[in-house]
Amino acid sequence: MIHNKNILAAVLGALLLTGAAPVLAQTAATPSAPGTAPAATAPAPKAAASPSSDNANTASGGGTATAAVNLGESEIELQPWSFSGIFGRYDQNQLRRGFQVFKEVCSSCHSADLLSFRNLDEEGGPEFSAAQVKALAATYTIADPDAKGGKRPGLPSDRWPSPFPTEKDARDANGGALPPDWSVLAKARGAERPLLAWMRDIVAGYQEGGPDYVHALMNGYHATVPAGITNADGTPFKLPDGKYYNDYFPGHSIGMPPPLSDGLVKYAPGADGTTVPETVDQYSRDVAAFMMWLAEPGLDGRKEAGFRVIIFLLLFAVLMWLVKRRIWSNVEGH
Amino acid sequence: MTDHTSSYAPSNGLEKWLDDRLPIIRFSKEHLMDYPTPKNLNYWWTFGGILAVMLGIQIITGIVLAMHYTPEATLAFNSVELIKRDVAGGRIIQAVHSTGASMFFVAVYIHIFRGLYFGSYKAPREVLWMLGVLILLLMMAAAFFGYVLPWGQMSFWAATVITNIFASIPFVGDPLLQLLRGGFAVGNPTLNRFFSLHYLTPFIIAAVVVLHIWALHVPGNNNPVGVDVKSSRDTVPFHPYYTMKDAFGIVVFLIPYAWLVFFTPDILGHSSNYIMANPLVTPPEIVPEWYFLPFYAILRSIDFPLLFIDSKLLGVIFFGGSILILFFVPWLDRSRVRSGNFRPLFRPFYWLFVLNFLMLMYLGSQSTTIWWVPVLGKVGVVYYFAYFLIILPLLPRFEVTRPLPASISESVLRPART
Repeated sequence: MIHNKNILAAVLGALLLTGAAPVLAQTAATPSAPGTAPAATAPAPKAAASPSSDNANTASGGGTATAAVNLGESEIELQPWSFSGIFGRYDQNQLRRGFQVFKEVCSSCHSADLLSFRNLDEEGGPEFSAAQVKALAATYTIADPDAKGGKRPGLPSDRWPSPFPTEKDARDANGGALPPDWSVLAKARGAERPLLAWMRDIVAGYQEGGPDYVHALMNGYHATVPAGITNADGTPFKLPDGKYYNDYFPGHSIGMPPPLSDGLVKYAPGADGTTVPETVDQYSRDVAAFMMWLAEPGLDGRKEAGFRVIIFLLLFAVLMWLVKRRIWSNVEGH
Repeated sequence: MTDHTSSYAPSNGLEKWLDDRLPIIRFSKEHLMDYPTPKNLNYWWTFGGILAVMLGIQIITGIVLAMHYTPEATLAFNSVELIKRDVAGGRIIQAVHSTGASMFFVAVYIHIFRGLYFGSYKAPREVLWMLGVLILLLMMAAAFFGYVLPWGQMSFWAATVITNIFASIPFVGDPLLQLLRGGFAVGNPTLNRFFSLHYLTPFIIAAVVVLHIWALHVPGNNNPVGVDVKSSRDTVPFHPYYTMKDAFGIVVFLIPYAWLVFFTPDILGHSSNYIMANPLVTPPEIVPEWYFLPFYAILRSIDFPLLFIDSKLLGVIFFGGSILILFFVPWLDRSRVRSGNFRPLFRPFYWLFVLNFLMLMYLGSQSTTIWWVPVLGKVGVVYYFAYFLIILPLLPRFEVTRPLPASISESVLRPART
């Protein structure tokens, strides 16, 4: 009774199944266990050969000769994020570490206008306790014209305070460059993928180009301009004063000094004594994960709902097909 | 098909009373249930129903989004983000709407290419086809207005580039440009009027869809063999046969749709649209949404002047012509045989046209600095227009079509190998 008309359904079904396979394999490699030791997020096998600053240099060596204006996206290495793929979920410990890096390092220049303190205890985020968030908010001073003296301690409902009062102040403090707001930054970065890779990404549920870029950027600094770098017209590349050389930043010259260094942030060991390396590579993974959560706070819930919806639709489609077949069974030729 | 007698008999006094005053139940029974439909329609025909559902989904999600959206240049970007963050279910509703635009175009392109293959535009269905082309144009307008509303970098620059196209029209270009933008440059007035028009267009589309269905129900459906319905043996009532078949098709279509909404809601967009619109910074590449890419490739491929027409205007003429030419397809195709299944010479040209359309789509996404992009683009433009202006009119002179079945019933019972 199989009609060739059902090929359409079969193709779509196959698409779903093939989509699940690579991601299943990926999830197995990165178990995420909220509430356990921070080491749970230690990067999966691929990261064992992960770039220290020197490795990042060789990794991008292929492209250095060509693009001086716009770097090819292929050079940015995909990372095994716990939240990529259809089964991917945020790792609460990693988000907490990423938040720590943001709070202690990045937030001195970068704002996060859409982040409220209350978001930090919401489900699918770093999931601090409500009391922790209240205490954290209270350590910040919020400008409030209605309060006595125009200032008051922060509340969980307050937005994350900006490091600079105006854009001009931000530029003046950063050599003319504006540190971008972090609210959706992780989704505002990441190069366009070639057609076939893009189609694979749809099937695998991979849209983590932003965190990949952040990780690459943090590991792409060089103290001096590597030899052999030229502009698009072949002239030697010259780094402007007050800028820093980065393999992955479009045009290579970035206004942000290397923000991270090994040992800069002290991670508290987990309850069972496990630790996470205090390296630039680890910091950048953690902070990129935090940025992704900031840009996409509902990722966990969205994917969970997706499973319910798609399983429902699959079963519904089967039932509809059976009913359709039954109804059409009395039409001659069918 | 219009001469079938109504089988409706009011079942009670109230229905009888209503039937004498507004025979809406009779109308629904005749057109939504009893409507005789060829019994050999394949699954490509379910896309009509799928499109109706997509229009419904876009209107419903759009109305909800408009309750929370702020059409003001400094607030619009964050208001979309706040819908995703703070509105109950907002994340899903927004993704269903933004991804829905893409799925709407997937369905409409399949629907159009189905019509092109099976000759659904041929007499007596010319008006039905032309109303369809009009819906396509309105959909493009709606999608373009909608894309501007999140007010990201790509929104802003797409609005700038697309409105600029109208500036190349002689004489009226500049006033038209200012009317579209509400000023000399894209800004808050542009956003306001695009929001207003974005809310308006779907309802115009819905009205034209009613005409489209009306124009369908007068001659009745075309079908895969393209032979007219000859007797009631060739048809089945629309309900339950096609309501059920369409419903199945719709549910299957919703599966990849849901996949995009829940697993990769951002993958069809551009990362630069997560940067708030900034008139002072041009993004490195301004690329339209995927569903405009074939036409965008046609626009860009015309980089040379012709006689007194400069290259910009010429590009716009080809760009507009590539869609407007669809209105004339019923008269350009001279073959009396409708279905491509019985046209051995037509089929390779048709599939080449499909490939050419996909190639143009790909080229539209690539930078023109790559040498083969403008070259292949010109090849694509030539074939696109040659298909309509040379191949369709001249092919019947050389083509020996295969014998048509005597009736739909015969083709169903003894399927011809094609």
